Amino acid sequence: MPIPGPALSARIEPNGTAPELIRNFCIIAHIDHGKSTLADRMLQLTGVVEPRAMRAQYLDRMDIERERGITIKSQAVRMPWQLGDQAHALNMIDTPGHVDFTYEVSRSLAACEGAVLLVDAAQGIEAQTLANLYLAMENDLEIIPVLNKIDLPAAQPEKYAEELANLVGGDPQDVLKVSGKTGAGVEALLDRIVERIPAPVGDADAPARAMIFDSVYDTYRGVVTYVRVIDGNLSPRERVVMMSTRATHELLEIGVISPEPIVTKGLGVGEVGYLITGVKDVRQSKVGDTVTNAGKPAAEALGGYSDPKPMVFSGLYPVDGTDYPALRDALDKLKLNDAALNYEPETSVALGFGFRVGFLGLLHLEIVRERLEREFDLDLISTAPNVVYDVTLDDGTEVKVTNPSEFPGGKIKEVQEPVVRATILAPSEFVGTVMGLCNDRRGQMLGMDYLSEDRVELRFTLPLAEIVFDFFDHLKSRTRGYASLDYEPSGDQAADLVKVDILLQGEQVDAFSAIVHKDKAYDYGVMMTAKLKEIIPRQQFEVPIQAAVGARVIARETVRAMRKDVLAKCYGGDISRKRKLLEKQKEGKKRMKNIGSVEVPKDAFIAALSSDGAGGKETKDKKK
Amino acid sequence: MPALPAGEAVPADGALPEWVRPSPVGPADGARPFGVYVHVPFCSVRCGYCDFNTYTASELGGGADQAAYATTALREVELAVRVLDAAGLGSRPASTVFFGGGTPTMLPAADLARVLRGIDDAWGLAPGAEVTTEANPDSVTPGSLRVLADAGFTRVSFGMQSAVPHVLATLERTHDPRRVPDAVSWARDAGLDVSLDLIYGTPGESLDDWRASLEAVLAAGVDHVSAYALVVEPGTKMHAQVRRGELALPDEDDQAAKYELADELLTEAGLGWYEVSNWSRGPERACRHNLAYWRGDDWWGIGPGAHSYVAAGSDGDHAGVRWWNVKHPRRYAALVEAGASPGAGRELLTPAEAQLERVLLGVRVREGLPVDALDPSRRAAVAGLVARGLLDGVAAVRGRVVLTRRGRLLADTVVRELTP
Repeated sequence: MPIPGPALSARIEPNGTAPELIRNFCIIAHIDHGKSTLADRMLQLTGVVEPRAMRAQYLDRMDIERERGITIKSQAVRMPWQLGDQAHALNMIDTPGHVDFTYEVSRSLAACEGAVLLVDAAQGIEAQTLANLYLAMENDLEIIPVLNKIDLPAAQPEKYAEELANLVGGDPQDVLKVSGKTGAGVEALLDRIVERIPAPVGDADAPARAMIFDSVYDTYRGVVTYVRVIDGNLSPRERVVMMSTRATHELLEIGVISPEPIVTKGLGVGEVGYLITGVKDVRQSKVGDTVTNAGKPAAEALGGYSDPKPMVFSGLYPVDGTDYPALRDALDKLKLNDAALNYEPETSVALGFGFRVGFLGLLHLEIVRERLEREFDLDLISTAPNVVYDVTLDDGTEVKVTNPSEFPGGKIKEVQEPVVRATILAPSEFVGTVMGLCNDRRGQMLGMDYLSEDRVELRFTLPLAEIVFDFFDHLKSRTRGYASLDYEPSGDQAADLVKVDILLQGEQVDAFSAIVHKDKAYDYGVMMTAKLKEIIPRQQFEVPIQAAVGARVIARETVRAMRKDVLAKCYGGDISRKRKLLEKQKEGKKRMKNIGSVEVPKDAFIAALSSDGAGGKETKDKKK
Repeated sequence: MPALPAGEAVPADGALPEWVRPSPVGPADGARPFGVYVHVPFCSVRCGYCDFNTYTASELGGGADQAAYATTALREVELAVRVLDAAGLGSRPASTVFFGGGTPTMLPAADLARVLRGIDDAWGLAPGAEVTTEANPDSVTPGSLRVLADAGFTRVSFGMQSAVPHVLATLERTHDPRRVPDAVSWARDAGLDVSLDLIYGTPGESLDDWRASLEAVLAAGVDHVSAYALVVEPGTKMHAQVRRGELALPDEDDQAAKYELADELLTEAGLGWYEVSNWSRGPERACRHNLAYWRGDDWWGIGPGAHSYVAAGSDGDHAGVRWWNVKHPRRYAALVEAGASPGAGRELLTPAEAQLERVLLGVRVREGLPVDALDPSRRAAVAGLVARGLLDGVAAVRGRVVLTRRGRLLADTVVRELTP
């Protein structure tokens, strides 16, 4: 019986389990490779969830996660598993799967001794999985390669077993083959986890040190902090210190998740669980921070902590200006649960009052935007995403630019832009295509490796700004959907960048200002002026639309003056219709914004801003 | 065909709301002017651009045939008499009667005469009443026009549309343009005032084509001209042709240029504008029936799909009632035969809606609106419109809102700015 009976279970009670009986692991997988389904199956097989209580993808709590099939916030579930005559406590630590959350992933990995590398047997490994695999191997995790979805007709387990064996070392025969859907091979995987993954090691008598790998805001409980105990022991009612901030809190509650919270008398070496201290803001419980005992504090924090740093900025504006306070309240609420979210108010001539919001990346941006619209019922316009520039002026002043319209106009000595190290996996036939695209985007090739006969890994340095626009969409469409992308920050570089302003009748439209490479300024100007010409309705006077770099106009279009609006017959049977049309036009007028004396429908801004495509989205379609 | 507006149901007996009463304002005799419109929903062919409620013979049957139409229309006149009497509005003679369509002259002249006689019997015709019929140049003869004149018709409006064969072909008009001068002279010989209707901006029509049409109109020596920009309405054959790319949609700049040309040539020839799309030789030749629409007078529309309007006549929550008849002639015939109202729906206008209509319609005419009639919050907008050349400055100083030529082209913009 793989589920231990009462006698054996007594030996794996929380706060009383010997480290040798604990296995801490995570699952590394690409978004749609079936991680959640496999996790669900494990919950069922270990008996912690009754089959009838099983919700599909139990661990993905938020609606958006469920619908998009992505896991934003990790959780840790404790499961019993018997191998031979011994019961074990398995802690499955869920990791975010997306590149925007690399730091969170690295902290989740640091809480584990091993990782299940889960790959779709019909698709092979993807670039993001590769990135997380590198992270796991750097953390010296034991890797258990597993092919999932072997029940699919398109599965090619032999081919991909070889690919995995090449990557992690070992024999293709050792690659486990499972189906999360049917449950085939999952018991063998649980056995393998117990056999292969090392037990945690720590000093039970040392001052307590526990690493925070996640913190989540709960409306009723306040912040729930997930920790992995490295040394010592944490107990309820004692005072703890967050070592990065020196803030002290009382441990109101301590427990494990299985998969509902179970209050325990504490957590010992190697154990994974949650803490509640009554704080209300996740910023007081920072991922990567070390928790220690206030009375008997550890001398040194665990390594690897860093503050989240926003990489991508976008202006968020309510379509209806009166929603501004509601947007502010909504951001304040989201912030409680998202330590990486930061924002400050800004005003746009074109869009009114809104916020400049910093994000970890594009997916983070999309998720925040979607949550604002869905959970808070807000109708939003977002400006094209941009990165942060460090500008040094001739007089040595340094300016950080998070909004293109604030790019300084004076004499500029140097502009630094963030760059990333991008990894792209693609079938070998697309190597030329991918190289061409990266070249267009100012990429520099770092290297290239064949993963298998027909799959290639290409590595580039690319300006982040070139990726946030529409890079991913282009990559996907030019490789018929086969390429996958991963990137990580890789410092800054000096670049020849200029700000292109868009002017309507001489008035700058701040929402359309963009910072682009000098060589691309003309293209941007031509593209944007042409697009605006299409969507700005004719006015009673001629409206020039110009793109300018400083005082130099680089592109120009003209919206000709409107000459007539009504000349149709107006007879008795037509009066109602005419009146209603007019009432409708007047209603439409309320959705107009004035740029100088030019009336622009707000929808035109939305159209101009949205059709650029925010790129970078790699999420599953809504599950059918 | 344009869909009928959405509205509430009309009572089966057609009764007007109880708040409608005879108006103390209006002419010295204490009544608001009253007009009658008769919709004749028949054509020999349906033109590709037409969205009016009209049918060719092959589309009809069962009690709705053309021969029975005059009788059916007169049943609605009887209903109208009952309804207006009940509201205390029955004693007004008709100042204007207008037969529109469709092609009213598809009916024998004697049938039109019989309907007019019925209207005269019901309410009487005011002294000097204007009685107009629309006509197709190829559906009249000297004899039929004389019958109309003898019956009391004073005016005929011919749907000429264009003098250029390829333009007429695109519009699917079947008449021979060379017939127009003849029809005009027959009508004048019969003692009728004559108006010609033109359409500009047809796909394929050049500025020279348009000039040729205008010159043909002037050569015919008429005293009234209507010129409408072609509007391609959804649901018409032309709309489908444009959607399929078979016809190029008229360009608005082209239409503006053609309007300006028309205004120039007609004004030079002594025909002044009295409404955005209408010109006449002096105010006395203007179409009084259409002016009644634009001035917000009462009118009763007889026939399938016809609209009617009666003002409330007093201050209150409602300013007036407008209703419209069922569109299909067969259903229309069945209802009026049964003595029931053919009304399909109605709207009770609020004072704000009526005010919007007053401005919407009032600015279209030469006399314009008194500035005092505007909402106080919008009176300041007049100065800006004068400055931008859309309103006549002299008229504004004298307290009236009157469009300039440029303002006529942008009348919707002007109305939007003049209404709250």
